Amino acid sequence: MSDERTLDLLEAKIEELRHLNAADGIDLSKEIERLKEKLDELRQDLYANLSDWERVKLARHPKRPYSLDYFDAIFTDFYELHGDRIEGDDRALLAGLARLDGQVVVVLGQQKGRSTEENKERFFGMTRPQGYRKARRAMQLAERFGFPVITLIDTPGAYPGLESEEANIGGAIAESLLTMSGLRVPIVAVVIGEGGSGGALAIGLADRVLMLENAVYTVISPESAAVILWKDKERMKEAAEALNLTAEHLHDLGLIDGVIPEPLGGAHKDFERTASALKDELVRQVAELAKWKAPDLVEERYRRYRKVGRYRDASLESG
Amino acid sequence: MPIFKDKEYLRVDLDKEPDESLWMKCKSCGELVFKRRVRENNNICPSCGEYFFLTAVERIALLADEASFEDMTLPIAADDPLEFSDRKPYPDRVADAQARTGLGDAILIGRASIAGFPVVIGVMDFRFIGGSMGSVVGEQICHGMEAAIEDRRPFVLVSSSGGARVQEGLFSLLQMAKTVAVRAKMAEVGLPFISVMTYPTSGGVQASIASLGDVIIAERGAMIGFAGRRVIQNAMTQELPSHFQSDAFAFEHGAIDRVVGREGMRDELSSLLGFFVEAQ
Repeated sequence: MSDERTLDLLEAKIEELRHLNAADGIDLSKEIERLKEKLDELRQDLYANLSDWERVKLARHPKRPYSLDYFDAIFTDFYELHGDRIEGDDRALLAGLARLDGQVVVVLGQQKGRSTEENKERFFGMTRPQGYRKARRAMQLAERFGFPVITLIDTPGAYPGLESEEANIGGAIAESLLTMSGLRVPIVAVVIGEGGSGGALAIGLADRVLMLENAVYTVISPESAAVILWKDKERMKEAAEALNLTAEHLHDLGLIDGVIPEPLGGAHKDFERTASALKDELVRQVAELAKWKAPDLVEERYRRYRKVGRYRDASLESG
Repeated sequence: MPIFKDKEYLRVDLDKEPDESLWMKCKSCGELVFKRRVRENNNICPSCGEYFFLTAVERIALLADEASFEDMTLPIAADDPLEFSDRKPYPDRVADAQARTGLGDAILIGRASIAGFPVVIGVMDFRFIGGSMGSVVGEQICHGMEAAIEDRRPFVLVSSSGGARVQEGLFSLLQMAKTVAVRAKMAEVGLPFISVMTYPTSGGVQASIASLGDVIIAERGAMIGFAGRRVIQNAMTQELPSHFQSDAFAFEHGAIDRVVGREGMRDELSSLLGFFVEAQ
């Protein structure tokens, strides 16, 4: 099977031919058409049968759209709010006011960097305690004014570092979860790329949890699982399969509410289409949740999480 | 999720004949100590004061008034929703842990009294797959809090856990949300939740229920933190202070209220509970 790079190369060659065609007046259009068809076919083959590990790579693809891309495409008037009021402003978790189809919402989004420079500022998308505390503050603001909350999840995990532990990152995640569990406004969470463990769940306790088709959501990265459980860091493909971390698997397991389709090859192949599909879904979900009275909404959210888990009755077993 | 390496684990069942080796060498001070003496000393080395693990049953014996513990642990056991298998199928791992510990999973729940104060108590057992929180542990903790609400008693949770149970994938991760949601119910009805952190309280347990106590008390020698030391060093090549994620570290940075020695924990809980409820 061809890999993505080969296909991109082929696409570039076709483009070159097209230019040649236009410049020299030699008619190659039939050949170009044929190559284009072949390319589509190869792409179909490649992406229709992605392994779970390949989806992990797609979720982490350097060209994958990030939160800010969606903010620009989906919302009007994004007005960023900065700082946790305690120690700083995490650039890996953004918060702000925005309008979704005219409706004022509070948006949260985990943000990776595109360049080395930007990643230094954004800690490769890993949220620090100040990020979760900012998120909490923004959600409480939303609650005061009755604004629905939309969160876009995209992080390898909470930032594992000395300063994170000093600022009690575990406590910050726990407090964020506690705030979300009782928040009296609708919450819609969407995993747009990587849903890395507690660092992702920290802004993912919601009334509706959605995933983009090629996003992943997992308790542990396949690499760490390979090291810890298989004692072999090369076995991340196997770990990825075992963890059931794709949108499709998690939907089948009843752990998420919906999967938003992506164009063949991933969200970055046709960003406008992806953003528009995501926007439609958000508008629909927010409108639906707006019908709920606050106490019912909170109670229904409680029921959703109270029942999560799978175990078996062991009352008849000797023991 | 971080998983800490087992410390030297010592268990001597006083009801049975001591095993052939009456003595053990303390890994900490190197002294040869009489096992029975260690056990009678709450699994603390009589020579250097090093703490060894307590099983859930031993912990309950340490904290609860004699014969006051009434086991209410639900008769449920781990399922295998992902049909997970690493070097060993998950059901085998669970069965081994059950056989080794005599427990259904990594926690016991029950009514008890502590120095006369009626409570519902949950005690985790690190021997059972690192005390990890999967669907069963999550459900048992919620059951404990709901029983506390029902009986109008405080809830005490003694954590000893490496974090979420990886073999149950996202089901485990979501137990964080589930336990937090029920914890909020306790707050609504005005019942105290005392979180006791012991070695270790980390990962998904530290980042959810354990960090949400009205009061958080650490046992001396506890390890408290979110990401494991190895994870941080691998990811960041960062120099970490020697007391990183220790009880002193968590205290110094304001993550916990107090640090208490094992021998004083029962009295500590008694003093604390007295501020919230009447003794019977």
